[in-house]
Amino acid sequence: MSNKVIELQNIRRDFTVGEETVHALRGVSFTITEGEFVTIMGTSGSGKSTLLNILGCLDTPTSGEYLLDGIPVRSMSKSQRAILRNRKIGFVFQNYNLLAKTTATENVELPLMYNPEIGASERRRRAEEALDAVGLGDRKEHKSNQMSGGQMQRVAIARALVNNPAVILADEATGNLDTRTSYEILMLFQKLHSEGRTIIFVTHNPDIAAYSSRNIRLRDGHIIEDVVNTDIKSAEETYITLPKDEDD
Amino acid sequence: MNYTNLFRIALKALSNNKMRAFLTMLGIIIGVGSVITMIALGQGTQKSIQKEISDMGSNIIMIHPGGDMKGGVRRDPSEMQTLKMKNYEALKSECMYLSGISPYATASGQLVCGNNNYPSSVTGTGTEYIDIRQLVVADGSMFTEADIKTSAKVCVIGKTIVDNLFPDGSDPIGKVIRFNQVPLKVIGVLEEKGYNSMGMDQDDIVLAPYTTVMKRMLAVTHFNGIFASAISEDMTEYATDEIRTILRREHRLKDGEEDDFMIRTQQELSDMMNTTMNLLTTLLACIAGISLLVGGIGIMNIMYVSVTERTREIGLRMSVGARGIDILAQFLIEAVLISVTGGIIGILLGASACLAVKYLAHWPVYIQIWSVVLSFAVCTLTGIFFGWYPARKAANLDPIDALRYE
Repeated sequence: MSNKVIELQNIRRDFTVGEETVHALRGVSFTITEGEFVTIMGTSGSGKSTLLNILGCLDTPTSGEYLLDGIPVRSMSKSQRAILRNRKIGFVFQNYNLLAKTTATENVELPLMYNPEIGASERRRRAEEALDAVGLGDRKEHKSNQMSGGQMQRVAIARALVNNPAVILADEATGNLDTRTSYEILMLFQKLHSEGRTIIFVTHNPDIAAYSSRNIRLRDGHIIEDVVNTDIKSAEETYITLPKDEDD
Repeated sequence: MNYTNLFRIALKALSNNKMRAFLTMLGIIIGVGSVITMIALGQGTQKSIQKEISDMGSNIIMIHPGGDMKGGVRRDPSEMQTLKMKNYEALKSECMYLSGISPYATASGQLVCGNNNYPSSVTGTGTEYIDIRQLVVADGSMFTEADIKTSAKVCVIGKTIVDNLFPDGSDPIGKVIRFNQVPLKVIGVLEEKGYNSMGMDQDDIVLAPYTTVMKRMLAVTHFNGIFASAISEDMTEYATDEIRTILRREHRLKDGEEDDFMIRTQQELSDMMNTTMNLLTTLLACIAGISLLVGGIGIMNIMYVSVTERTREIGLRMSVGARGIDILAQFLIEAVLISVTGGIIGILLGASACLAVKYLAHWPVYIQIWSVVLSFAVCTLTGIFFGWYPARKAANLDPIDALRYE
């Protein structure tokens, strides 16, 4: 029996815009167990960004309960949620969000800087391990402005791995990359999945669903589809069939 | 939270923007530098004036006639003939707090020697006068009590007189100069003293026995004044009271009657000078303080821009687990680092400016330790004060909005 990493119980999230109340999420419930690679899909306005914010402990639901690794999040203070994010969640953003003029290692070290339990040498060691894991072992001292988009996204993934999180949240992580690089990143996510990591990939691109183990589809704040993918495609196989760039 | 890490983060953020950090610091550097230089200059001037006053004799007490009224008309003190020989003798024999006392009578006129002449005045004094005024006989000797008794026609002259009457550089000792037809033999030359802080030439001086001046030149029996010196500077007040009591008794003044003499001490002069100089120093410090304030506002301005510009970075930091207080601390540390580094550079710059003024312009300069400590403290406070608001703004950002900020 695998552990429940994420448990959502009838999550609702209302926003007040002027006089009107917007219901972004209208009762969402699902459970994600350890080792799943879930894609959450939906068009814009479907509530997937709101769901991502709640899953990432950046926002709290109006009602319902969210258990992250068994810890109830809704009643937590801002500071408590910050600490929870630091220990349990790794974010990967569409636009990488690396620190400018900062080396890859320093970028990856960032989450550990906010964890007083980890000393400087331990921090360094873990950052280097994470960079090795994403295949950037030879670019540890490169600064963020000396790297390509794909390399920057790998640094961002390494940063998401470094605190050994319960779940990795990827928000349109391939959205800014060309097709070949996108598949390289997908290969990396599949590799992490095969190593037993729990990954939630939020996207509006339906192609990506085929490479994950489970698909959740949102529309107007409701889950309209939640299926387990039994026929997971290999990103590596797709990658090989892609036409090569002439520059390479 | 781990402050070493926050410190490291802040340092990194600053070193990523070296030029901007330096320009921000410049305000503080100039502010602190000018505070230190201005205060050092002000204090230097004050010290040098104090030194001049004490060179003149900080324990000097001057007694002049004055304060007399006849039929409601106040009279010119120089016409008053209230200070007589017996007053002087009473003071000389009775005062316990005095280390020296000398009558004082002056006559002005033309000094002539050969075909050189110079307008000056002859000061008739006792033998203790040179100790009271802290004058030193460089050549020859001072006249003696015997010279006073015999109203001897001798004098001791200052450097300015020597230069004007003996321009050829010949030795004045033993020469005879004439003053208003009275021949005076030069028996001593005083050491050069230069100008005092009020621009008076202290070397334009001819000393002669007071008996000579009073009998042979002025034909009077009263003094222009009496000069005395207290045993020490602290004793000046006791000595003043003592002199007042004796003179009131000698002049047979009843209780409630006004003094018919005035007692002045250098203490008053030096108090007055100190007040003026303190005012000047405060003024200079105020001007410098304003530039420090402007520097502080510069820090606030830059920190504000920095918070807006780095909104995404703040969002990222929050998403990887920085709490509001961590962000607040980071920006506060950045502001304090800027102001404290600026302060240290400012202190070094101010100190070197002081030394430059001292050795190049030969102005008196005293670097005050308190001004260094004060400006350093003000710097740190400036950093915290002006860094607080922008840091607070950064800490209160919503991570979702901050991450989406374009």
